[in-house]
Amino acid sequence: MLNSIDLPKSARALPQIALVGNPNAGKTSLFNALTGSRQKIGNYPGVTVEKIVGSLELDGVQHELLDVPGLYSLTAISTDEEVAIDALLESGQAPDLVIYVLDASNLERNLFLFSQLAETDLNVIVALTLTDVVKREQGEIDLAALSSHLGCEVIPVVAYKETGIAQLKDAMVRALADPRELELDVGFPQIVLESADRVVDQMNRWGVDLKRKDARCVLLDEHCTTGDRFREIPELWNVVEEERAKIFGHTVQAKTVDAQSRYAWASKVKRDSYIGPTVPRKFTKSDRIDAVLTHRFFGLVFFLLLMYGVFQSIYTLAAPFMDIIDGGKTAFADFVSPMLSGAPAVQSLVVDGIIEGIGSVIIFLPQIMILFLFIAILEGTGYLARAAFLMDRLLGWCGLNGRAFIPLLSSFACAIPGVMAARVMPDQRSRLMTVLVAPLMSCSARLPVYMLLIGAVIEPRYGPIWAGFSLFLMHFIGLAVAIPVVLVLNKGIFKGKRLPFMMELPKYQWPRWKDVLLTVVSRAKVFLVTAGTIIFAMTVIIWALLYFPRGDEKAYSAEWVAQGKVTQGAEFEHYLEMRQREDSILGRFGRTIEPVFKPAGFDWRLTTAILAAFPAREVVVPAMGILFGSGSDIEGEEQEASLMNSINSAKWPDGRPLMTPWTAASLMVFFALCCQCMATLAAIKRETNSWKWAAFAFGYMTALAYVLSIAVYQIGSRFG
Amino acid sequence: MTEKILKAKDLKRGMKARVVSINEEEDVCPRLLELGLFPGTEFQVVKIAPLGDPIEINLHGYKLCIRRSEAGCLRLVELD
Repeated sequence: MLNSIDLPKSARALPQIALVGNPNAGKTSLFNALTGSRQKIGNYPGVTVEKIVGSLELDGVQHELLDVPGLYSLTAISTDEEVAIDALLESGQAPDLVIYVLDASNLERNLFLFSQLAETDLNVIVALTLTDVVKREQGEIDLAALSSHLGCEVIPVVAYKETGIAQLKDAMVRALADPRELELDVGFPQIVLESADRVVDQMNRWGVDLKRKDARCVLLDEHCTTGDRFREIPELWNVVEEERAKIFGHTVQAKTVDAQSRYAWASKVKRDSYIGPTVPRKFTKSDRIDAVLTHRFFGLVFFLLLMYGVFQSIYTLAAPFMDIIDGGKTAFADFVSPMLSGAPAVQSLVVDGIIEGIGSVIIFLPQIMILFLFIAILEGTGYLARAAFLMDRLLGWCGLNGRAFIPLLSSFACAIPGVMAARVMPDQRSRLMTVLVAPLMSCSARLPVYMLLIGAVIEPRYGPIWAGFSLFLMHFIGLAVAIPVVLVLNKGIFKGKRLPFMMELPKYQWPRWKDVLLTVVSRAKVFLVTAGTIIFAMTVIIWALLYFPRGDEKAYSAEWVAQGKVTQGAEFEHYLEMRQREDSILGRFGRTIEPVFKPAGFDWRLTTAILAAFPAREVVVPAMGILFGSGSDIEGEEQEASLMNSINSAKWPDGRPLMTPWTAASLMVFFALCCQCMATLAAIKRETNSWKWAAFAFGYMTALAYVLSIAVYQIGSRFG
Repeated sequence: MTEKILKAKDLKRGMKARVVSINEEEDVCPRLLELGLFPGTEFQVVKIAPLGDPIEINLHGYKLCIRRSEAGCLRLVELD
């Protein structure tokens, strides 16, 4: 029962084909098989929902292929689903062809969405995936029977083997040349259909043209989009309401009737087109693996060991690459520097500003690529879903869910991949919360600060046990603060309903390496573009603030001579550099706002170092080196020891020692909580599509850091 | 076949249950219906997460993980 009809042509430059299906139906593999690596990842206009678009050639004509996020139904319960559904149904936006990706191993549930799609005006064909799984379970699909039930072409594909792709492309060409609207009758109860007929008649009388299936949709789902054009007109809506009352009486169980009818149809389709064992084998291979991996004891042990292994290897595997990048950066700076010695300002801009800025971005690339390699592998095997299943109880009670575990743990290495990994969250609200608390986790760039201060202040006084404990405490504080932040966000800022946690544990399988590679490459690109541009710009700005205005070198030399010292050598050079920074715009600003940070126990030097570290916190140790006059390069152990000494001997103008244990604690708390990383803010901006949330993250973290570091210093100092 | 009323929080591994009714007005329920949990559906508990929640159930030939709290709008009876 196919009717050839004229569909309105869309205003798009290229004809668009959309891949639609349930989560885990094999959409992404099919997308990659159809487009190769030609994919662009972006956001839907104005929202955070990932939009993946690729291009493919059919009969010599370029087409746009849209990978619509996985859907269970055409009734949205989250912004993400709403956006995806709008991309399909909004007039003028509708794709020229929909490929419905149907999981052969889960026909009934997958046919539910198909039955809804078949009632729209869309031009649909079916790609039948996972037939290899059905075969493995000794089953078979009768394609002719399935196709006649669905009323459209059904092409079996095994995407990773590229079987069926050519046939699918041929079918796409045919369907594009001859668009059809499906007429599916899932067999709703007679009373519903009679009501629908009456609604159509009534509407016709009012001069409104309505199809029977649209009338039925409105009767069973008052939010059905086909009702949009007359929902606000009371005379017309009354017609619908009256018929609804006739069907359901006083108990409105419309959605139940709808779901029951669709599943009844789906199970009939399955009976007619599936040949094989009706009762699935009791223990599949996946079940046996899960008996261990989701076991109440061994499951947790395996999970903890795996996470430990992953993060340990991120550090160790990335380290040699980071050294190479760092070495390359220094070598390049040494190579370029002499060429510009004629112009010191340009030299400093290029070496300290540009090369340093670009270097500080690229150095995180190995960590990010390795992390996403692991995430892609875990996702590809199906374990990521198990991790969410295991961790949901732990993270669910405060408003997050199990999937937040990976982004939050990643953030202990670096918040940028953590923020990017928050895309595993199923809905916008929990994704936003994850993104906002991810930077609170203590990233690896905070470690040098802890090591310096604990080494200089805590360890000499209290010994190695307290030093180790302080280090642990510093890594814990971000997590501890994140919980109340999530609770407040959940209750106060994100009003409205919380999304249910519903997911499937896919069968275990070997990851498809091509898909893994694609994920890693696309994430690396995203990182370089977003973090690269912003970090680069900010580094140059901070460089300028610490470089200008140039002070009077003669005056500085005179000060040096007055101390009875010789005006040459590294120490003298260093003194000049230090005085220049002191008198720079940022140095003066640091002095000006010293009173603001005084309650936290910081003098102008610590204040300036903190200010200089706002674009990127790793700047703080070299900045303290400069400001405390112990050499700006602290890579060697000697220089580090010398910086520790200078910090310990630093005094307030009145002679009190600057660095008490409580100053160190307050400074570390500030560093643990403050959002001193422009690259993270740029990543937040990109992932939330608005500077508003980046500003929010910056604001709340800075405020928390300020208040809590003052609290630590003030309360701590009282007790000695 | 004996039937007794069952609460989602009392579901145990291996237990079989049938949905008797569902409260459509609660937030989560439309989605539960779409996933196949409507009156008449029978399911079996396959897994329980190590910390007790969520649970995985087998229904309509597939498996689904849900939270116990979110299955609260379902009225269930236990099947032998």
